[in-house]
Amino acid sequence: MKRRPFLKLVSALTIASALAATAATAENIRIGAVAPKTGPLAGGATVTQWPSIYLWVEQINAAGGLTVDGEKMMIELIEYDDQTNPGETIKAVQRLATQDDAHFIIAPYGTGLNLAAAPLFDRYGYPQIAVSAITDQQADLSEKFPNMFFTLGTTTALAADVVKVLSEMRDAGQMGSRVAMVNVADAFGIELATAAKPLFEDAGFEIVYETSYPLGTQDLSPVIKGAAAATPDAFVAWSYPPDTFGLTEQAMIENLDVKAFYTAVATPFPSYGERFGAAAEGVLGAGGVNPESPAFMEYAAAHEAVTGDKPDYWASATTYASLEILAQSIEAVGLDRAAVTAHLKDSTFDTILGPISFDENNSNPDFWTVGQWQGGVFKGVASRGRDGTVPVILKDGWD
Amino acid sequence: MDILITGILLGGTYALIAMGLNLQYGVARIMNLANGEILVAGGYFAFIAYTSTQLSPILTIFLVAPIAFALNWLIYRLMLQPLVNRAKNLGQLETDSILATFGLSFIGVGLMLSFFGGDYFSYSFMAVPVELLGNTYGANRVLSFVMAVLICGALYIWLNRSRAGLSIRAIATAPASARLVGIDVKKLSALVFALGGAVTAVGGALISTYLTLDASTGVVFTFKALIIVIMGGVGDVRGTIVAALLLGILETVVASLLDPGLTLAAAYIMFLGILLFRPQGLFGKKPT
Amino acid sequence: MNLTGPDIRNLCLTALAFGICALLPLGDNGYWLGLGVTIAMFTTLATSWALFSGPTHYISLATAAFFGVGTYVTGLGFDSLPFWSLVGLAGLIGAVLAALVGLATLRLSGVYFVIFTLGLAELVRQVITWVQNNTGQKGLYVLTDLDEAGIYWWLLGLAAAVFLMGWLIGRSRLGFALRIIGDDETVAAHSGINTARAKVLLFMVPGAVAAMTGAILAPRYVYIEPSLAFAPILSFQVVIMALLGGASRLWGPLVGVIPFTFLLEAVSSNFPNQTTLVIGVAFLVIVYLLPNGFVGLLDKILHRINAREGA
Repeated sequence: MKRRPFLKLVSALTIASALAATAATAENIRIGAVAPKTGPLAGGATVTQWPSIYLWVEQINAAGGLTVDGEKMMIELIEYDDQTNPGETIKAVQRLATQDDAHFIIAPYGTGLNLAAAPLFDRYGYPQIAVSAITDQQADLSEKFPNMFFTLGTTTALAADVVKVLSEMRDAGQMGSRVAMVNVADAFGIELATAAKPLFEDAGFEIVYETSYPLGTQDLSPVIKGAAAATPDAFVAWSYPPDTFGLTEQAMIENLDVKAFYTAVATPFPSYGERFGAAAEGVLGAGGVNPESPAFMEYAAAHEAVTGDKPDYWASATTYASLEILAQSIEAVGLDRAAVTAHLKDSTFDTILGPISFDENNSNPDFWTVGQWQGGVFKGVASRGRDGTVPVILKDGWD
Repeated sequence: MDILITGILLGGTYALIAMGLNLQYGVARIMNLANGEILVAGGYFAFIAYTSTQLSPILTIFLVAPIAFALNWLIYRLMLQPLVNRAKNLGQLETDSILATFGLSFIGVGLMLSFFGGDYFSYSFMAVPVELLGNTYGANRVLSFVMAVLICGALYIWLNRSRAGLSIRAIATAPASARLVGIDVKKLSALVFALGGAVTAVGGALISTYLTLDASTGVVFTFKALIIVIMGGVGDVRGTIVAALLLGILETVVASLLDPGLTLAAAYIMFLGILLFRPQGLFGKKPT
Repeated sequence: MNLTGPDIRNLCLTALAFGICALLPLGDNGYWLGLGVTIAMFTTLATSWALFSGPTHYISLATAAFFGVGTYVTGLGFDSLPFWSLVGLAGLIGAVLAALVGLATLRLSGVYFVIFTLGLAELVRQVITWVQNNTGQKGLYVLTDLDEAGIYWWLLGLAAAVFLMGWLIGRSRLGFALRIIGDDETVAAHSGINTARAKVLLFMVPGAVAAMTGAILAPRYVYIEPSLAFAPILSFQVVIMALLGGASRLWGPLVGVIPFTFLLEAVSSNFPNQTTLVIGVAFLVIVYLLPNGFVGLLDKILHRINAREGA
């Protein structure tokens, strides 16, 4: 009796995949996407990954599809929720590759999940244009996984440019050399802090307060109070979304008197600007974009029209750009995955962020590193190779 | 002194999180792992009310409470009562309720996801400084502390001074005997479970004024609530309050004087320590 | 060792079954092998879990903690030590950790044990993160040549070892003592059985096995970071699968793992936007309709057949 439900399930699965296979022989490009819809990283993926994917598919299909060998083919999106669990990401990628016969798979979200999926992308020969995978190991990884491409930059670059921005402010006489540096005790936060500390010291800054806090800490006031007690000129937090919001609110309450205030992830989220309003003026954050560029403005308008949400001012646009790159490659060389991967390595692509190409480590060398809220918009103030940086302003109180 | 007050304020937050679970576990004997999701749902409610209609969370809780009460009552009658009826002993009920409420928590997350999406949500309410004894604190935290005091105080008075409260405490102490003296255990358990849910949702609405939540963050709160309820001793309101305050103060002390990275380790040691010396929790009754 | 006829037959059949399973990588290298790895992993975890939680009725949610520790052993040591020694080391560390946890908490009543083990993964994660933070070390990259088939065979070997161990314990004095403890702990104590020691010893088994499983799987995850290695959901999945099958028999969890894995797969592939919701519903269905797992259902059916024959 207990075997029957099992058999039913297996036969249902078989029928389903057979149906899917026959359906797939209709002229569609099958694009797989796996990312968190639930779990700890769902918040980030919901803002920067999924909406851009939906927008891209909608826009292409509205224009009739992509041109492959002279024929127009529509995109069929196959999506899965990996629940922020690398085991599920692995399963989903395998399913996409072997059961769903996906032509291409969009890279997962976050460094950990991208890396868990990398051996599979490599084994099945799928190009992996990773966005939210920021790491310093790009040389090693691209050697081991030659299909993996990086678009958002390296950890060290992000940290180094924060140091640079603060150094320039200090050298212009706008502030002193005392820095309070805190980080969330999780992979990315730890990496950023570890990269930044020697860079700060080399640049002549004095780290007057330093601590880390666990992810999900409910009360960050000891952190802000400790920082305030050390009278820093600048406050830098290598933080994740919940603590980005929490630290900013605490700083408001304590009226933290610094000339520069930096929180890392989620500062470019539109919800940050909405929540803090005028108090967000002058807050520095990771990433950035040139919001005045016509390409971005068009993208943002379409994003809001199609998905109902605004894009963020960093990873959203880059996710969309990575998809533009994929589309352009498909239109250039067709559906052969090896050909697309080769094309990715050799070409320059025209995206909403500007031209993007990949260097010998399959990494995009031109990316935004630091942005700042100015006048209700998060503008890029520092980048590697991107135009449109605006001057940095001082943080002037919390009203 | 600053650390002490910050710790007490944090303890107020924790008391709000844990009080509902204490009622549900202590009286209805349901180890409700979906507690965190009720909390987040309360927070969502307040968020939507505040951002779309500017309704202050202080008023929203009067809407949240009855809705959460009704919802939890339904959950108990439809889903948990069958388990209670079926369980041959307390251990089995606990196991079953852990697994059933775990499934419920998944459903809760899934539903919130469908309705609200997976995005973080937060808003600024009373994020202004308040001066107490020479140091500044967030007014929103002080407010939720005051509300925690009011709610816990009201619960305590009701449980200890009213007939209904007496019956409830009887059930918490000895359910079998309670039945013998004519207390309708089933009906009261359902009501207390519903009340616990209402308290949790109100707590969620209050803490959403200063914490950032999303559909998946419930589990963190469930876990904290479990620790506090067990440390404080199941079934006694005072235990939860004392345990919550102790935890808040301990965490703040460790975060300010040692390292914020060791707060959970410290909480654990306290949890273990209390249970090793008083296995029934601070205010619990020794099992006969 | 007294081996009866049925015993020898069971041993041979089991060995044959394992032999057949070992052939899977030769038949398929992709999707089905991947599922095979998942099934092997959860069978190992669930069976070892049931070895402890079955007889004692203590629900342990500590699987994720031991698993995570195991992944870290491999993550830290894979380029200095051979793989087999890492697995063994993980087993040792897991056993020691389990003994410590057991000594500290097995005196407490059931539900406190559950809560403590639930938070153990969080605690270990926090401690490791804190250490990482202070030594500047970041996530660990485990780049090895061990492929999916290799991982599958390791897991299969571990699963075979768990079954063997379960069988041996069942026939030993320890197993006898545990059955008495499970039925009535007071009687056991009065009969002179050192209940605390028996429980602690037994708890070391799932601890060691979970750690070894984590060590074997680390190469599959490639990047080991605390939040992914110590995901609490793993503990719950193991519990639900073991209970679905039935924790009272050695092969019970296996009967739970296989359908649940396929169910999860079916849900994930067909309901991408409601995966969590449907899993929750599936949980509830299992809890309400199969309180004693498939084993319990089987027992009920056999009981009814026997009763009918007897009447």
